[in-house]
Amino acid sequence: MTIIITIILLCGLVFFTGGSIGIIRFPDFYSRLHPAGKLDSAGLLFSMSAFALYTVQPFSLSALFTSVKIILIVVFVFITSPTAIHAIVDAGVRAGLKPWEKESNLK
Amino acid sequence: MDAASNSNSVKNIRSDKNPYQPSENRPTKKFAPVPFLLTFIIMACFWLLFSGRFDLFHLSLGAASCLIVSALSSRLLFPEALPPGLFKCWFKFALYLPWLFYQIFLANLHVLYLTFHPRMMDLINPKIIKFDSRLKGDVSRTTFANSITLTPGTITVYAGIMGTFAVHCIDDKSGQSLPGEMEKKIAKVFDE
Repeated sequence: MTIIITIILLCGLVFFTGGSIGIIRFPDFYSRLHPAGKLDSAGLLFSMSAFALYTVQPFSLSALFTSVKIILIVVFVFITSPTAIHAIVDAGVRAGLKPWEKESNLK
Repeated sequence: MDAASNSNSVKNIRSDKNPYQPSENRPTKKFAPVPFLLTFIIMACFWLLFSGRFDLFHLSLGAASCLIVSALSSRLLFPEALPPGLFKCWFKFALYLPWLFYQIFLANLHVLYLTFHPRMMDLINPKIIKFDSRLKGDVSRTTFANSITLTPGTITVYAGIMGTFAVHCIDDKSGQSLPGEMEKKIAKVFDE
């Protein structure tokens, strides 16, 4: 059981690492939001489910409640994170920032 | 539920010509028992979950605060009289979620692949595409916009009240499937 939890946790960490590296590697503001906002959601899903599984292991009612609360974190982040990303993108559009495009498209 | 109440307040602001004047379809100040009871039950569930204590003192505190909250703001959670088929809608939405999670997972893998690819700049092709959605309701459009943003590779830039969507997508493959299957599934959920 501990092995399964470790594997899930490692998957989540890979997604988080990918998100951080993506923020540096992608070319402009808008495309940087893709890894920033959304690889995080997958990373959170994996790491939080690992935490929930780990918490519930010596099974008791209070442990179950704690893991349900951890799952609720994921639910609320999944509702708020797209809204937050949309707000950031909208702010960028309103400020007049042009999205980066490949030079072949601009011709 | 949060999205539902949000989009409803947006609708109210936009449908009125002057938001400071009371509109005709303003909720009446009559006591509505069913929304009150539902709010109380939901609040009580959350209280039990978050407190985790079942002695008389904490339970009575919870009951009192749930009563106050549901008396003051049951109209916030259920703005109008309960629309018919609400629970069926929730049930169908729950059926929609696994597919959405599968899509999120697939698309996350795709963005992860792009991130670690050595020749990433050749693969990506960021652009903004515009399309018209045929979804009518506010809640369904909100769900659609949030689903687009959740599936990586695509971010909703603009979702208009007339059903126009602008989506920023990271490469050609991410943008191809829009609006497509996701819109169909949401239309099925909300009976449109």
